[in-house]
Amino acid sequence: MRKLLIIASIAIFIAFFLYVAINPGDFGKPAGRHLVFGYPKYTDMDDYFITHGQIFSAANNIVTSIVFDFRGYDTLGEATVLFAAVMGIASVLRKLRRDEE
Amino acid sequence: MKMSKIVRTQSGFLYPFILIFGLYIVIHGHLTPGGGFQGGAVIATGFALVVVAYEYKDVRKWITANRLSLAEVTGLLAFIITAYLGLGSTFFRNWLANSGSIFGSRVPPGINPGNLNTGGVLPVMNLAVGLEVLGGLGVIIVYMLNYLKRGEESAG
Repeated sequence: MRKLLIIASIAIFIAFFLYVAINPGDFGKPAGRHLVFGYPKYTDMDDYFITHGQIFSAANNIVTSIVFDFRGYDTLGEATVLFAAVMGIASVLRKLRRDEE
Repeated sequence: MKMSKIVRTQSGFLYPFILIFGLYIVIHGHLTPGGGFQGGAVIATGFALVVVAYEYKDVRKWITANRLSLAEVTGLLAFIITAYLGLGSTFFRNWLANSGSIFGSRVPPGINPGNLNTGGVLPVMNLAVGLEVLGGLGVIIVYMLNYLKRGEESAG
């Protein structure tokens, strides 16, 4: 019963993705009345980054200039999260006392 | 714990290339896809290859948890200090860009081949974050291997 359920759910997923792959519909086309992925309605922010990124942060890689310059707080948070994770693992796994060896 | 001679020879041959590739990803973070996080993870993978292929007690002399955590703390501090140095106008200001000094060359708008001497504080922050990520992942690997070894000893 459980195996049957797993097989049925996998089949439904595969059928769904195959349907989307064969018949993509409006995917990737410019939006007319409704919104489509890749063509957002408001593009002011994207246009600003794309046109000013090379001038203000003097780097060719727009992604890096967003991650480290325009949205540096985000990266600071990521680095802090990594630091906190390492601190947690170290506090769990380190040797507690010298005489445990 | 020690792997076979084939694995050890291969890892001894491969790990310098992995480290150089990781360094390349970190340094070219403002020109090509990649950056500090990805390059740091690649470098930590090279260390992990050495630590796993050889016995940990053979490499304990130069891969120590203290050195790796020092690298991590240094990277995080360098990142925050670089961010604070832009505090003349705002936090995280790109104060080196277009200044003409190190990493301060101008970038022509549009498609260009790219120059390593550009980017302002971006390369500095990439190096700092790469150092931090390599230290953090290395510390995790070393602590977990230590823990595994202690578990084996206590089990018999």
